[in-house]
Amino acid sequence: MSSINQAAALPSEAAQPDTTKKKMSLERQQRLWGWIFLSPWLIGFVIFTLAPIIASLIFTFTNFNLGTEGITWAGLDNWNKLLSDPLTLQSLGVTFKFSLIAIPILLFVPILLASLLNSPSLKGKRILRTLFYLPYVIPAVSAIFIWQSFLNSEAGWLNRGLELLGVQDPPHWFEDAAWILPSFVMIGLWGIGNAMLTTMATMQGVPTELYQAAEVDGAGTLTKWRRITLPMISPVIFYNLVLLTIGILNYFVVPWIITRGTGRPGNAAYFFNMHLYKTAFAYGDMGYGAALAWLIFIIGLVVTIVLFATSRRWVYYASGDS
Amino acid sequence: MAASSRAVNTSPAYGAQLKKFAIYGMVTMFGITVAFIFLLPFGNMALMSVKTTDQITESATGLIWPMEPETFTYEGENYDVYEVPMPDGTTRQLALVEPTRRVSQFIDPSNPEAGLIEWEGNWRALNRVSYLFPHWENFAEAWDLINFPLLFRNTLIIAVVGMIGTLASSTVVAYAFARFPIPGKNIWFIILIGTIILPSQVTLIPTYAFFAKIGWVGTWLPLIVPHFFANAFNVFLLRQFFMTLPRELDEAAMIDGAGPARVLWSVIIPQSWAAIIAVGMFHFIFAWNDYFSPLIYLLGKPDLQVISVGVQAFNFTYGPRPELVQATSLMAMLLPLFLFFIAQKVFMRGVVITGVEK
Repeated sequence: MSSINQAAALPSEAAQPDTTKKKMSLERQQRLWGWIFLSPWLIGFVIFTLAPIIASLIFTFTNFNLGTEGITWAGLDNWNKLLSDPLTLQSLGVTFKFSLIAIPILLFVPILLASLLNSPSLKGKRILRTLFYLPYVIPAVSAIFIWQSFLNSEAGWLNRGLELLGVQDPPHWFEDAAWILPSFVMIGLWGIGNAMLTTMATMQGVPTELYQAAEVDGAGTLTKWRRITLPMISPVIFYNLVLLTIGILNYFVVPWIITRGTGRPGNAAYFFNMHLYKTAFAYGDMGYGAALAWLIFIIGLVVTIVLFATSRRWVYYASGDS
Repeated sequence: MAASSRAVNTSPAYGAQLKKFAIYGMVTMFGITVAFIFLLPFGNMALMSVKTTDQITESATGLIWPMEPETFTYEGENYDVYEVPMPDGTTRQLALVEPTRRVSQFIDPSNPEAGLIEWEGNWRALNRVSYLFPHWENFAEAWDLINFPLLFRNTLIIAVVGMIGTLASSTVVAYAFARFPIPGKNIWFIILIGTIILPSQVTLIPTYAFFAKIGWVGTWLPLIVPHFFANAFNVFLLRQFFMTLPRELDEAAMIDGAGPARVLWSVIIPQSWAAIIAVGMFHFIFAWNDYFSPLIYLLGKPDLQVISVGVQAFNFTYGPRPELVQATSLMAMLLPLFLFFIAQKVFMRGVVITGVEK
């Protein structure tokens, strides 16, 4: 949690306004106000985060169906079912496979774009930056339908373009089990706006002396990029990696809409959250749904801990300041 | 140095200038090309939204633009117009009156009095004459079919009320984190940031069950009320901003007798419009684009439904009319795009504050 710690450790304690004899009571008063101002979040945290996490853990040990009133104790049934349900393993596999394709691409494309947009030889930076960011602000549903028609194997521009370039039999993107996940990654490229902006801003903060020193040593553009830029922006790469991982653990809308909830072809696009949604909301099996939710929670926790633990080896923090 | 060696003026300064411009040109062209490819799907959508279903099917055979075939009315009948190569080497646009395999009869639309023209050859090999005709009426049809005014109004209310909620609560909480000596503040702050990386599924089912229990499922309340309890991203952004503000102004106001609430309202907020607008924009666009929450909480309530789910449900029903699906997708994204364009500077700075300063 080191990157978060830093933000939290900023000098933020209120300076003592004055040192009159009323200091103690003033400080108590300040604390009270602090709690009052903090309370919206504290209350919300308890109601919408803490209590639901605990409740969903309890749900995993029950048979709880929204349609039929009443809860019965189920012991470890739901947890056992996790292991025996072939769709759970299947959908976890799809999610994992997707992360293997999506993470490298969606992590590095923003870095490459940010490098391009920070290039001193580029004219019209601001317009281009806006254009690359733009798809991020439109509704996911719109973006998905736009891509669905763009990747249509008959009339879509991509395949028409590939045919013009001489590709004989361009992929049938969403109908082909081998191509549907890469198609989703393409759609994901429209969501890189934030990662690109934060990377750009961090790159601009790299001290120019470092580059000048490297130039004196005869380093070329590529060497400087690899040896200075990449290490210096590693905190933001790490931050984007964490957000990307969380995004994949929450991935739902794109496969849900493109496959109309089926996960077809085969189960190639049957993501874990589609399984969870169907279990809990289509079949109303909230007990087993909660077990699925806790499974992904545990996986997310483990992945995050591993990410933070390994980050010490490759994430470079210049100094204590943010 | 290839560019400089070919230049007429071979002075070193001129060569360096030329090389610099060549690099400028190449990098900029490359950037424009990448952006063009990146945004191509928008072009596909825009053109598709003004075609007919038949034209979209035809576009698989090479038509990019919404072209309508030219016809000519002759003696009360409509005839298609073709590009006909004449024996003298010219090409004339003629209407096909009587097609047969070897010899066909044409009429010249510009000179119908001349009577039928006989042409030898297979008419199927001829190209039809067509003209550009965007079907703007698709938008009117889609507007009515999805009941756009209703979806627009619903989404707007949910987004605006939620925005007010998150602005009020996040500002207050950020103020607490930025200025007050709360015991265990660092731990609270870590917990707050930790909620960002919490997979939302784990709270989903009990929250849904809770809202179902108190009768809120099927209303807008689950989409609005939780935003009155602050949000980690927004609190973080506002706190970072507040901490850059000088304390001297707070203290001056306090000496004048202002209480903490008064300081927030009259000192902090007036200095923080950039951050507050950014947070408001983030929430508005998030709420406008949100799909999952309305999907589960407004299921079976078409009168209360929002634009994302409305567009998606429309596609599931009208999938065979892809032009209308594209038209609705375009209509759904206009407002967030507009807001982004008018406030993009503030918006992007907000992204950078939350992303970089962690």
